[in-house]
Amino acid sequence: MKRLINQAPGRVGLVLLGLAPFVLILVVYMAGSHARLAENPKDKLLPSFSQMGEAMHRMAVEPSKRTGKIVFWQDTASSLKRLGMGVLIAALSGLLLGMLTGAIPLVGASVAPLLTVVSLVPPLALLPILFIVFGLGEVSKVALIAIGITPFIARDMLQRTREIPGEQLVKAQTLGANSAQIIFRVILPQLLPRLTESVRLALGAAWLFLISAEAIASTDGLGYRIFLVRRYMSMDVILPYVAWITLLAFVIDYSLRHANKRLFPWYVPGGAA
Amino acid sequence: MIELQNVSKSYADVQVLEGLNTSVAEGEFITMVGASGCGKSTFLKMLLGTEVPSGGRLLLDGNPVANEPGPDRGIVFQQYSVFPHMSVLDNVIAACAFHRPGITGRLFGPAKKAARDKALELLERVGLQDASKRYPHMLSGGMKQRLAIAQALINRPRILLLDEPFGALDPGIRADMHELVLQLWRENSLTVFMVTHDLREGFYLGTRVWVFDKLRHDPQAPGAYGATITYDLSLGKTSQEVYEKIHRDLIATSRRREGTDALQPAPVADIDLHTGSNDD
Repeated sequence: MKRLINQAPGRVGLVLLGLAPFVLILVVYMAGSHARLAENPKDKLLPSFSQMGEAMHRMAVEPSKRTGKIVFWQDTASSLKRLGMGVLIAALSGLLLGMLTGAIPLVGASVAPLLTVVSLVPPLALLPILFIVFGLGEVSKVALIAIGITPFIARDMLQRTREIPGEQLVKAQTLGANSAQIIFRVILPQLLPRLTESVRLALGAAWLFLISAEAIASTDGLGYRIFLVRRYMSMDVILPYVAWITLLAFVIDYSLRHANKRLFPWYVPGGAA
Repeated sequence: MIELQNVSKSYADVQVLEGLNTSVAEGEFITMVGASGCGKSTFLKMLLGTEVPSGGRLLLDGNPVANEPGPDRGIVFQQYSVFPHMSVLDNVIAACAFHRPGITGRLFGPAKKAARDKALELLERVGLQDASKRYPHMLSGGMKQRLAIAQALINRPRILLLDEPFGALDPGIRADMHELVLQLWRENSLTVFMVTHDLREGFYLGTRVWVFDKLRHDPQAPGAYGATITYDLSLGKTSQEVYEKIHRDLIATSRRREGTDALQPAPVADIDLHTGSNDD
């Protein structure tokens, strides 16, 4: 018998072991739901899958009586737009800030300490300020996401810039390159795949800020919806929404990962040539 | 062309180099050997411009060597000296682009076409014509160094600095690289400075070998005295006896340093001290 730490599952075993917890959770949920509904058909805590299906049919297929729009898709579009804009702004400013801070010592000397301090401010604590300054509209929600993850991305980019081997920078100089050429041709292209990875890590936080902002002040959005229907204990809506948010997060992460492989075939994560 | 006038280098309380006095003529191939920590690489960095002498003067054509790297001094490091995000061909084309003013470091139109032709020609010269579309991470160590050399030479620097360029290569590949470097040195009338750990390599390649070693050593204060050039040998006039003496000295210095990456001495018996090896 091999030691436990040396035993690895085969291919089939890998799939089975990976699926097992999901199946287990489903089975436990269904059993629990069944037992509660048998006792009290009006129970709202653990709705059956058919109840969730009906609720989602109402949300995702039938237009709302009040606005004439389909609530579920309206929520999804609003949330993705806010998330996308916030993350895009954060990625661009984080890249620029981190790259210049890392590549130009004179900029670094004045920006790096500020960045360290700013990244310690809890972004949610800034939300009231954002509401006061930007009002309750779209801007404050996008701003929260952008402000929330920019310091993280900027610091990560700073680190990645400093990780580029000094030999490459010296080599470029011996070939006659000036500072701009080194930044545009040696540093920036090498940061792009690392930026994608940084964004993937930051997306979790971005969702958190999005849902918080929507829960506090909004008129639509995925976060707004689940906090709204909480008042009626509508678990039949909340659970599918949470599953949908999870799926969206997964798809975004997956596409970023594959875009990285596609766009930057030279990139070997964690390695350098 | 290059003159050293009492050049020394120290960091805080550690004296690395002291009392370097010599001069180098255009076209010499100088190999620098010595135990780790004897300042060979530091001296190379002074020529490169990433370090400045703490004392004395290091002159190139009568003027102090610039305190930052420049296009008259090409460099090949042991690793990381090619750009991993560019294909082999683009690595060389980028070198052409860096040679011109501009901010993007890219070439367009006829300039790009010209650079491309020049780059392909040079890649063929170093034997990389079939790998021109590959990225560096797909290349072997020897191919990467061929690329680094091609890149360093495309803008025709006067001086080529080699910092243990073959230290990580297999022996067979090394021999090929030696031939390549010697040919390129002759064809381009370069002045070459090469740091190596391998005494045999140093004697084989150079027209002149500098041995860096410490003349004085204080066990209580290892940083008190710096290394200097203890032997400055024009090859072709070196006897087996001198070679063996250097070999023993270097091993002794390495052992004193204890532990760190020690000199890799070739077994003395194997050495065929050839004379004027570079003219054959």
